[in-house]
Amino acid sequence: MSEIRNILFSGVGGQGILLASELTAAALLQAGYDVKKSEVHGMAQRGGSVTAQLRYGERVYSPLIDPGAADIQMAFEMMEAVRYLPYLNADSTVIVNTQKILPPSVATGQAVYPENVLDELIKRDIRVIGVDAFTIAKDAGEVRTANVALVGALSVHLDVEAELFESIIEQRVPQRFLEENMKAFAGGRAAGGE
Amino acid sequence: MNARLGNNLTWMSGNEAIALGAYEAGVAVASGYPGTPSTEIMEYLSAYDSVYTEWAPNEKVGLEVAIGASFAGGRALATMKHVGLNVAADPLFTASYTGGKGGIVVLTADDPDMHSSQNEQDNRNYALAAKIPMLEPSDPAEAKEFLKRAFELGEELDTPILLRITTRIAHVKGVVQHGEVVPPAERPDLEKHPEKFVMLPAMARKRRVVVEERMTRCKEIAESADFNVIEDGDRKRGFITSGVSYLYVKEAFPEAAVLKLGMCWPLPEKKIREFAASVEELFVVEELDPFLETQLKAMGLDCHGKDLIPAIGELNTAVVRKSIDPERAPKDLYEPVPLPPRPPNMCAGCPHRGIFFTLSRMKNVFVSGDIGCYTLGFLPPLNALDSTVCMGASIPMAHGMVKAMGEGSHNRVVSVIGDSTFVHSGITGLINSVYNGSAATLIILDNRITAMTGQQPNPSSGSTIKGEAAQELDLVALCQACGVKHVQVLDPHDVPECRKVIKAEVERDEMSVIIAQAPCVLLPELKLRKPVSYYTNIDNCVGCTSCIRLGCPAISWTAFAEGEAEARGYKKSQKGYSRIDEVLCNDCGQCASLCKFHAITRGEPRR
Repeated sequence: MSEIRNILFSGVGGQGILLASELTAAALLQAGYDVKKSEVHGMAQRGGSVTAQLRYGERVYSPLIDPGAADIQMAFEMMEAVRYLPYLNADSTVIVNTQKILPPSVATGQAVYPENVLDELIKRDIRVIGVDAFTIAKDAGEVRTANVALVGALSVHLDVEAELFESIIEQRVPQRFLEENMKAFAGGRAAGGE
Repeated sequence: MNARLGNNLTWMSGNEAIALGAYEAGVAVASGYPGTPSTEIMEYLSAYDSVYTEWAPNEKVGLEVAIGASFAGGRALATMKHVGLNVAADPLFTASYTGGKGGIVVLTADDPDMHSSQNEQDNRNYALAAKIPMLEPSDPAEAKEFLKRAFELGEELDTPILLRITTRIAHVKGVVQHGEVVPPAERPDLEKHPEKFVMLPAMARKRRVVVEERMTRCKEIAESADFNVIEDGDRKRGFITSGVSYLYVKEAFPEAAVLKLGMCWPLPEKKIREFAASVEELFVVEELDPFLETQLKAMGLDCHGKDLIPAIGELNTAVVRKSIDPERAPKDLYEPVPLPPRPPNMCAGCPHRGIFFTLSRMKNVFVSGDIGCYTLGFLPPLNALDSTVCMGASIPMAHGMVKAMGEGSHNRVVSVIGDSTFVHSGITGLINSVYNGSAATLIILDNRITAMTGQQPNPSSGSTIKGEAAQELDLVALCQACGVKHVQVLDPHDVPECRKVIKAEVERDEMSVIIAQAPCVLLPELKLRKPVSYYTNIDNCVGCTSCIRLGCPAISWTAFAEGEAEARGYKKSQKGYSRIDEVLCNDCGQCASLCKFHAITRGEPRR
């Protein structure tokens, strides 16, 4: 069976994970891969921890990533990069938005946000690439383009040409924010290497 | 490689594919009630002008609308989540006898693992119990094809057809091929067929026989239908599977022979026997109940099933592989790291919060809850919901509590229900409570929309699925017509007022209804308004944590380091202060209504 690659998107409901995973899938489809993506809707979406699972290859059957089988995790928040550790393996790459979003227990002072939480990945020799998507998006002129900046960082690690992503972004984002989105994508690509 | 899309190939979710299938099948009428994971089918379908679509107040009504449309000759679709079929079970079992004129497809979306459900039920059991054929696709592409085929099969056999999907079909995206659009056969019209449409005992007894004959014919069709295919392979191990489980089998045991059952009821017994005889060892791989396995065992066939495969929760490739070959279990998996949990939460500005905050202060009161966003009132720091069973149960359960406790129930029981859930199945409970003399207070959380499933309009919203204006249900008049003498409307964002009103109503010895009315903050019109946010005047904050206890995602606590309070001019004993994230704030003002120290102020409109 030909190789299938697995990308796990993780983050907090409302961060734009859906759009980011859609753009990635569209680029992979355009590049000729079969793609399946699985999401969970409903109660899980209300500000909770969310994931989208994307699998691509010559022919994809299952829509779900097995434990230990994620090749790339695209994490939109630092703690959410660590929460799905059982999906990772020693060869996984984790691209992480270096942002903290406080869960309710931390916001109300009942729990503490773990310090240097990414060390949990680093000490297991998992490759971690931090991306300050908020700053990239701000520099691009629109803070809401942070998710597109993260797609830029992710795109460096996929066998898909940047132009293909750019044409997809052009089709999918509101035209009045096109320039900001393109800048954010380019900024993400520059930051996503190492 | 060439692009996967184009040439009538589109990448879409199972729910979008089913909507496309319904359009291509020439469905005339589609009715449903929102429920994860089925909701988006009706939303996508409503974009096609040639199909009449609607949100029904509940699944029973939705299916009855579909049966009526079928009697008039139109193809009809009813959509619902798995527990919705419990509500619609009454018409389902008798529609099995009547059949229709146009095809009727009943779509049930099951939720193994309970991602967004109160139970995990396997609705294949309904096919057996109601004697209705059931098709079960494995992915979005099949979901669309099977829906179209379901109409053909149902019209050929004069029976409703159940189409069962699960979360991992509904909310999975894959490549789907567009097909021919079937033109509606003829203009729907009514003909009278009392022998078929009027299920009095005398007629029903005759139809009962017809049902058996039909299922026998359907079994013959199942033997040769291309729904049920044998995929050749290594016969050392053979797999019988259906639905999404088929995909996991294909990845875990790509070399093995597989009998894929696209029609999971009735079963092709001859085909199953032939397949079983051709393999050395037979495995049945299915999610949830041992539905196929039980039937195989009744046929006297020896097979593995739930002795190896879990009956609880979702399957995946790894689970299927290791259940059958334990030595192939993934090794050296990382253990999860303990982290603060991140459960779902009511949104910033959610009108439900003011009510649950108030109830959280009334420790002696039992809050009989219901199904919706407000079920999240259970979570800390509010912890203000004490029971949830099913849609509409809050009101009758509160009544039952009152009757069981007698006089001891005074001041003790409150029920809460959303507007959509109240219309779904709360009204009859309220009528019962009044009729049989309940004294529990009912709070209707009226946010004008079915919020949990993604803001679908309902009879209290004043608009239809297509966004057209509709008669708005008057909840006050309705409750009064049910016989409630004390009905009042309350602004849930005014927390001190909530406390006053709820306390007074709970004291009453008669049934009373409070309608807490404020729109969901996720309504498009609310998202569009110019946002104003509240902010904290840190100088005035005394760290009392009143606002923190609301559990609003926009409010967070900053603890002082040792000596910091004094150094910054606060009382030595102050432990920290609260801060409002102005980007997250949705301008509800609940925190400001609670703050006694003028530490929270409404700001200027944001750009």
